Amino acid sequence: MSPYFESYLTVGAFAVLGAILVMVMLGVAAVLRPSNPTTTKMLTYECGVDPVGSGWSQSYVRYYVFGLLFVIFDVEAVFIFPWAIVLEDLGTFGLVEMFIFISVLILGLIYAVRKGVLKWE
Amino acid sequence: MSFIDWLGSPVNWVFLVVGLAILFSSWRVVTAKNVVHAALYLVAALGGAAILFLMLSAEFVAWVVVLVYIGAVLVLFLFGIMITRAPTGKDVGLDTPHKTSPALLSVATFVLLSWASIQAFGTTQVESVGEPTSTEVLGIALLGRFVIPFEVVSFVLLAALIGGVTIARRDLTPAEEEERRAV
Repeated sequence: MSPYFESYLTVGAFAVLGAILVMVMLGVAAVLRPSNPTTTKMLTYECGVDPVGSGWSQSYVRYYVFGLLFVIFDVEAVFIFPWAIVLEDLGTFGLVEMFIFISVLILGLIYAVRKGVLKWE
Repeated sequence: MSFIDWLGSPVNWVFLVVGLAILFSSWRVVTAKNVVHAALYLVAALGGAAILFLMLSAEFVAWVVVLVYIGAVLVLFLFGIMITRAPTGKDVGLDTPHKTSPALLSVATFVLLSWASIQAFGTTQVESVGEPTSTEVLGIALLGRFVIPFEVVSFVLLAALIGGVTIARRDLTPAEEEERRAV
């Protein structure tokens, strides 16, 4: 087996061990603790205040634009990783390439700001 | 090579388990009664796809799948579900009586894609499995040979951004427009 697969075997082993740890701890707790559920105890914990309404409620449509912008700039960030690794070899040329890439997206951000979608009202 | 021989390698076992997990999650994505559960099963399916990429030693692609698809696209899906319906998830109209033609279409797509992949790569031996493609090689290819497509990607993202903003924003009334200018 190559070192590559072996290193990911370690990751897998840790993931399995972590899952087992959680299951054992919760399992032991379930066996040892007294079970005496009351209505107040079964309430969803919400910073100590009684929860209002259902958890399945509708959220503001405003969050959507922020989610969308996050996706766009997340994809941009993905392209920055390989660029950052080879930047030293590429020098100024690489810098200019990424500058063009980012400035095109900044145009989009300016558009969003000008359209007022980033304003919370 | 027989199936028993194939099972001799532990890597193939991982492939088998992950493949079955992906199949099950994909099945649940389509059959789940709650859209939020369907979206979460999609997370499991995409996670399995990331593991398959890892096994093909495409390390960077695998983590991009986790970062972009699981981290960002699924968040957008969940937002989309959460803002459109109240109460979220418990939709009654999810099922459709039209099942035959979509099923046929899916099977046809599967057969076409499998046939095309087998025709193209059926006898190709993957040489580099076990040695990860370094991100450095990827960066050099991206900013060297494929620099024009790389720059085009930024325009695609720009188009997506502008399109999303145009759909999501509420049109302002002339009075509100005036008010905004004053600020």
